[in-house]
Amino acid sequence: MSSLSISRIKTESRFVQWVLIGVALLYLFLLLFLPIILILVSALKKGFPMYVQALQDPETWVAIKLSLFVAVVAVPLNVIFGLFAAWAITKYSFRGKSLLLALIDLPLSVSPVISGMIFVLLFGANGFLGEFLAAHGIRVIFAVPGIILATVFVTFPYVAREVIPVMKAQGKDEEEAAMTLGANGFQIFTKVTLPNIKWGLFYGVILCNARALGEFGAVSVVSGHIRGVTTTLPLHVEILYNEYAFAAAFSVASLFIGLALFTLLLKHIVGFRLKREGLK
Amino acid sequence: MQNKSRRRTILPGFGLSLGYTMMYLGLVVIVPLSMLFFKTSSMGFSAFWEATTAPRALASYRLSFGVAFLSALINAFFGFIVAWVLVRYEFPFKKIINVLIDLPFALPTAVAGIALATLYSPSGWVGQFFDKLDIQSAYSPLGIVIALTFIGLPFVVRTVQPVLESIESEIEEAAASLGANRWQTFRAVLFPVLFPSLLTGFTLAFSRALGEYGSVVFISGNMPFKTEIPPLLIMTKLEQYDYSGAAAIAIVMLLTSLLLLLTINLLNRHVSRRVNDELA
Repeated sequence: MSSLSISRIKTESRFVQWVLIGVALLYLFLLLFLPIILILVSALKKGFPMYVQALQDPETWVAIKLSLFVAVVAVPLNVIFGLFAAWAITKYSFRGKSLLLALIDLPLSVSPVISGMIFVLLFGANGFLGEFLAAHGIRVIFAVPGIILATVFVTFPYVAREVIPVMKAQGKDEEEAAMTLGANGFQIFTKVTLPNIKWGLFYGVILCNARALGEFGAVSVVSGHIRGVTTTLPLHVEILYNEYAFAAAFSVASLFIGLALFTLLLKHIVGFRLKREGLK
Repeated sequence: MQNKSRRRTILPGFGLSLGYTMMYLGLVVIVPLSMLFFKTSSMGFSAFWEATTAPRALASYRLSFGVAFLSALINAFFGFIVAWVLVRYEFPFKKIINVLIDLPFALPTAVAGIALATLYSPSGWVGQFFDKLDIQSAYSPLGIVIALTFIGLPFVVRTVQPVLESIESEIEEAAASLGANRWQTFRAVLFPVLFPSLLTGFTLAFSRALGEYGSVVFISGNMPFKTEIPPLLIMTKLEQYDYSGAAAIAIVMLLTSLLLLLTINLLNRHVSRRVNDELA
């Protein structure tokens, strides 16, 4: 058989190829790229100076600071959890491990609205601990602590589920070798384990961070939308849009386009590294 | 015997790491989620039944299932083509497009929501064409389908892609040498291999669509009985301080998504794990 006919067996005719590529690209263009283009065009509609002005608005800055603060608290909490959970799950065998793994993934299948409302049921004025908190003058719901809690809940699995497979693939021989050489637990973890899992950890942190900065539904339930106090950046976008300040809303939204592209780029690079090391 | 020897690792920190994992999991996930059951148990069965089977609630489930199913179906069809052309064909900007597929996951749902609502409003870039055909796209069930299709886009692509990559070209050559034409090879040889991953991707997209809030709230118009999905109904109930009613609907949603999660795991353990690692 000539090489020409073999290649014809293994692939479609040029015409079919281009039709399929055309359909795929049209689909992606209409659904994926057009919204992105719309955001960027709408953000710059009134010119670059207006764009900069929208971003320099004091309320935007308060929202940016709040979102960063929430991420700075939520991400490390889930990093610590992810590392502990991965250590327990990959270094020892114990009963109920698969149940534990399923429970770690649980927040991924909970609707964002439910993720927020459970904290209202727990800490809200009529909630389980509502009276106790009111008696001590502590505000959780419609305040920053509630926003942090809801964010921690929705981003809960992100670090653990990336670190666990990588730590598992590394095994525990190196750690046990370090142990016999007299290293203590902390030394083993920082000198042996951490360098081995750093890319997996970084991967998890990137995804966790993007979700923490961008979470809308869960935060929307617990925030109360108090302007300049409990409005994170996604909520600020919502408020601007609902007030028909479209140019400003899209200007702030364009920041998220930047964050999303940055996240995907890092994810791609780190994912490539993990794949090359045979860890993914 | 082997199990026992594996358990007896010399590495320290079992109690600490597992203890911390359980405590954090309990405080952040289990206790807050159990509030749903706690809240509904106090309302009695007849009130629970009344809240979950009220005509407005039933209408919202029906709508939600319909639009989620339709959007998952659209994504199954076009996502399959996208995965196919990304793996099999060469075209300009393929690498960049491949990275951008994950955009719906990296972008806050509210940002997607305002962009899609603007795009498909009667005066929007795409909405005006629908308007000319007398089809209402935004503020109708069609708008919800569009938003959910955007949100679910990566699932099918990312479930089918790795399976398609791993198919050896020998089986296609064998089929061709036995006299099958390209379409017969696809239908009888390739598609059966790809079908489990397609079904998994479909179910993941469907399940995600059932809980979605942020991208839908802007484009749906939130009209009871017409464009109100369960998360929006929960939001309304929370705003009216009907916490038990909200919790009752939330339980129905939660149990539905747990059931779907179980289905996904039974459907194809291997495929879903790989894709979950990729996506979340």
